[in-house]
Amino acid sequence: MTHRYRESRLILAGCLALSLALGIALTLPAMAQDKPRYGGELVFVVPSEPPSYDAHQEETFGVIHPVAPHYSLLLRVDPFDKTGTKPVGDLAESWTISKDGVTYTFKLRKGVKFHDGSEMTSRDVKASYDKIIFPPMAMKSLRKGAYAAVEAVEAPDPQTVRFRLKWPESSFLLNLASPWNWIYKADTLAKDPWWYEKNVMGTGPFKFVEHVRGSHWVGKKNPDYWDKGKPYLDGYRAIFISSSSAQVAAVRGERAMIQFRGFTPADRDSLVQALGPKITVQESAWDCVLMVAMHHEKRPFDDKRVRRALTLALDRYQGSQALSRIAIVKEVAGVQVPGTPWATPPDELAKLAGYWRDINASRAEARRLLKEAGVPEGFAFTFKNRGIPQPYEPLGIWMIDQWRQIGLNVKQEIIEASAYHPMLKRGDFEVAMDFQCGFIVEPDLDLGRFLTNSDANYGKHKDTVIDDLYVRQARAIEPEERRKHLRALEKRLLDEEVHVLYTLQWHRIIPHSSKVKGWTITPSHYLNNQLDTVWLSQ
Amino acid sequence: MAVRVEAIREVREPSRWIRAVRDFCRKRPLGAIGAAVVVLMLLVAVTAPWLAPYNPVTVDFGAMLAAPSAKHWLGTDAFGRDVLSRLLYGSQTALIVGFGAALIGATAGAVLGVGSAYFGGRIDLYLQRLMDIFLSFPLIILALAMVAILGNNLPNLITAITIPMIPRCALVTRSSALAIREMPYIDAARAAGFGHARIMLRHMLPNVMAPYLIMLTAFLGQAILLEASLSFLGLGVQEPTAAWGLMLRGAAVEFAEAAPWMAVFPGLAISLAVFAFNLFGDSLRDALDPKLRTL
Amino acid sequence: MWKYILKRFLLMFPTLLGVAVVIFVLIRVVPGDVVELRMAGDRGAVSEEALAKERARFGLDRPVWEQFATWLLGVARLDFGRSMWTGAPILEEIKLRFALSLQLAVMATIVAVLLAIPLGVIAALKQDTWVDYAVRIFSIAGLATPSFWLGIVFILGLLIIFKWLPPMVYTPFWVNPWQNLLQLIWPALAVGYRYSAVATRMTRSAMLEVLREDYIRTARAKGLVEKLVLSRHALKNAMLPVLTVIALEFAFLIGGLVVTEQVFNLNGLGLLFVQAVAHRDYTLTQALVLLVASAFIFVNFLMDLMYAWLDPRIRFR
Repeated sequence: MTHRYRESRLILAGCLALSLALGIALTLPAMAQDKPRYGGELVFVVPSEPPSYDAHQEETFGVIHPVAPHYSLLLRVDPFDKTGTKPVGDLAESWTISKDGVTYTFKLRKGVKFHDGSEMTSRDVKASYDKIIFPPMAMKSLRKGAYAAVEAVEAPDPQTVRFRLKWPESSFLLNLASPWNWIYKADTLAKDPWWYEKNVMGTGPFKFVEHVRGSHWVGKKNPDYWDKGKPYLDGYRAIFISSSSAQVAAVRGERAMIQFRGFTPADRDSLVQALGPKITVQESAWDCVLMVAMHHEKRPFDDKRVRRALTLALDRYQGSQALSRIAIVKEVAGVQVPGTPWATPPDELAKLAGYWRDINASRAEARRLLKEAGVPEGFAFTFKNRGIPQPYEPLGIWMIDQWRQIGLNVKQEIIEASAYHPMLKRGDFEVAMDFQCGFIVEPDLDLGRFLTNSDANYGKHKDTVIDDLYVRQARAIEPEERRKHLRALEKRLLDEEVHVLYTLQWHRIIPHSSKVKGWTITPSHYLNNQLDTVWLSQ
Repeated sequence: MAVRVEAIREVREPSRWIRAVRDFCRKRPLGAIGAAVVVLMLLVAVTAPWLAPYNPVTVDFGAMLAAPSAKHWLGTDAFGRDVLSRLLYGSQTALIVGFGAALIGATAGAVLGVGSAYFGGRIDLYLQRLMDIFLSFPLIILALAMVAILGNNLPNLITAITIPMIPRCALVTRSSALAIREMPYIDAARAAGFGHARIMLRHMLPNVMAPYLIMLTAFLGQAILLEASLSFLGLGVQEPTAAWGLMLRGAAVEFAEAAPWMAVFPGLAISLAVFAFNLFGDSLRDALDPKLRTL
Repeated sequence: MWKYILKRFLLMFPTLLGVAVVIFVLIRVVPGDVVELRMAGDRGAVSEEALAKERARFGLDRPVWEQFATWLLGVARLDFGRSMWTGAPILEEIKLRFALSLQLAVMATIVAVLLAIPLGVIAALKQDTWVDYAVRIFSIAGLATPSFWLGIVFILGLLIIFKWLPPMVYTPFWVNPWQNLLQLIWPALAVGYRYSAVATRMTRSAMLEVLREDYIRTARAKGLVEKLVLSRHALKNAMLPVLTVIALEFAFLIGGLVVTEQVFNLNGLGLLFVQAVAHRDYTLTQALVLLVASAFIFVNFLMDLMYAWLDPRIRFR
């Protein structure tokens, strides 16, 4: 879907609007009516490169974008679901969940073949999940913790896989649709569990052709793909480009058709202006957010009145309007991405500290709190931010200016991008930018970091109420009950205790060649990269 | 020896100075233009708080990305900050880094070079190897390591830029000093029982003044360019401080077409400053010591 | 002469060893380590257990002196180990990028020499005339233009004026010369301009110096055509310092084109360098620093020999 644009005061706005209108007019009906066309090579830009090829051990989209088309998952997120939260079967044809919620049984598709011609069976699914959940001694598995509830994975017959849980978990099904959990071949894993770090062999819609380091990755159509009639493309070529201006240039010079991570609003506008109807823009709220961590063991941030003043100072609504023109942020949001099932409605959100509609009242309250807490006018502290232009730097400049308006004198210290994470971990800060990016919008995945014992609790808060609410919402079977606990958790986290403060939700903008069809944006750049549904209109 | 000392004294007389400046302007108009721009920059940097129409760090979302107009002569940036004001304040950053790095780099280099030449032998050999190591070490790694280890503030930035300059200046001053070391008056001074420090400071350093000044002016331009490059890469000065390289980072590139003033003016400022310093430095070299080659 | 060569040759090794020590220590002092960075990704938190497992795999849990000794022994056998980021052998990672970087360096040098020598000579001959001023302004402008800036202007210019962009993927010259040149000519021009600025200035001042020497005056007095004077005597003697500058710049170009490679998206050593440092890929950074430093030191060595050969006094100093 193309996006509704807000009024823009940029020069050339008229010209832009005209070309946009043209773009919408041309692409909308085309998308609804056209029958997929076969053939062609999809060329896309990847801003990062895969370190190894084994997604179970990696944590960057640089692995997903070029390599995911070679693999299948047990379940995947519906490629046409804009919220990115609806699980559908990939290798699983159907499934049943026991009444007590602790046994999940999956029936697998028949006749699915690996790229080497061998048949895929439940053994392969079990071996892959065993590698993720119970990895061999020397091997790491980054997402092991997400499956703490799993007691065992079983393969009672070649077409059946069964997961037995220790306790029921409402997010378990979605968790199995994780884009990282590629299904590998059991025999290969048995011989060498590290094999998949340097080799590619799956059941996905595309076969591996070549990878030239630092340059590109090529895949070709798998004629034996289980979903007959797919994929539509003959192949794809992923070009690795690290510089963001070179990425935009590649799309603009029509050397590439799409980049699946996201561009800035300025890039979108210049592409639309230069290429007119040849560009289609898809936008969505993005499941990434920058937060501010405040060190609970350092004065005066041990005082929740001070933390509350920091969040009250932010005019999120005006910030959203202004910053969405220059940075990859937009939506005013709580702990869940707007537009997804568990998100807090705007009216309820407006009751939280820092989300009030009346910014003057909010700032007056902030000043009152600072005074009450004994923080003098012009109080100075250092805000540590990460040396990455988007959206860290614009958000930093914005917040410092907002804090200045309640009488705080904040100095920014930029930490070199790679030294930033160790700084957070050491707790070497008073106030610092903190970040989170998820692959599926789901409270269990997004909120685990706020538990007292979490590795990502950089501000070092201790709050058993949060811990308790988290477990309650995770095990609640009734949606209404879960919602209630979630609201309570959000209120405690952002309003009552202000352990962290949320800035603005990231905003994902994908301006792509209008030739690219059959691809739908979701809130996560980790999703929807198997490319089996994608086709080219010419 | 006595003659030399007198010659130096004579240069210090004011009338000679004025005449030298007048001579320089007449014979080397390019250099004079460069010097004029440098002086202008210095004036601007000092008077920036009075000249600047706006506060360079105040965000004004009402005036985002405004084109040049009567209100904002050079337009505004992505945060509605006045580009002209940021340019004016940015000259402070450029000059502090430029002069700081060049002065420290050239002076440290000169001291090392003269010491190396004077003592000779093993000290010379070791110092030379040390200089070689730093000469062959890639600058970007040094800068990145400095910034990542020490954190990036102005003094560390100056240090990072200084380090690659020291061996270059040491190399040049050493070869000049080597020639002087062979002069009979140095032997005479030593025979008269003067200390090492005194001989180096009183007799050798003044005689490498020409290469020192030439290296200093050459470094000035380079330091400003380096500061801009490092800031552009995010390793230099940090927001919201006004600095030219920083103004070119991020939004300036993204809006290169829609709001070209954001990138054009700071780019011009960097080029003009480096250009002026080089022009002046070149002419100074021609005047002082045409044989000297600055790399 | 042989004794001098041997001495200079042997002197290269302590310098290289020094570089090795400095980079080995430096990259480990910089905060953030390769294991943590690779696993932190976009989400941040990783368990200590996973980190420890991975550190042990790379031998990072052993004492630093032991790591250094192992690495140095490997280097002595030309075995640089494997990249800690991708797991591929270092030599393979470098070989891939070396061709492009070398070709770009050669092309930029050609551009620079073609510009610098004629301009420098003319400027010296016409010293203090408008020709001289024009050449000097042109070359100082080259020094004063930030390279990142020039690259962006190039790309934007091509996109806006010709609605065309150079190819994004490197094709070796012997596979398709046309595609290859289409991609590399732009960065070669951008780099060559700055490079020529340095060389032009050197040519000019070296020429000026030589022109003042007595034997040129004699040659001129003898009535030789000026052109002949230039080609036979002056240029030949002035070439040495110019050659030095060109050689040192060339050594720098092989690994130093960080920003240019970024802007033009070239898969070269400069970009690999920045990525290696950003990833804290210890083994790869160490190998690259050694490579760049050796290139620099070796060129210096060659230049020393050249000077010694032309000027016998040096040999006996």
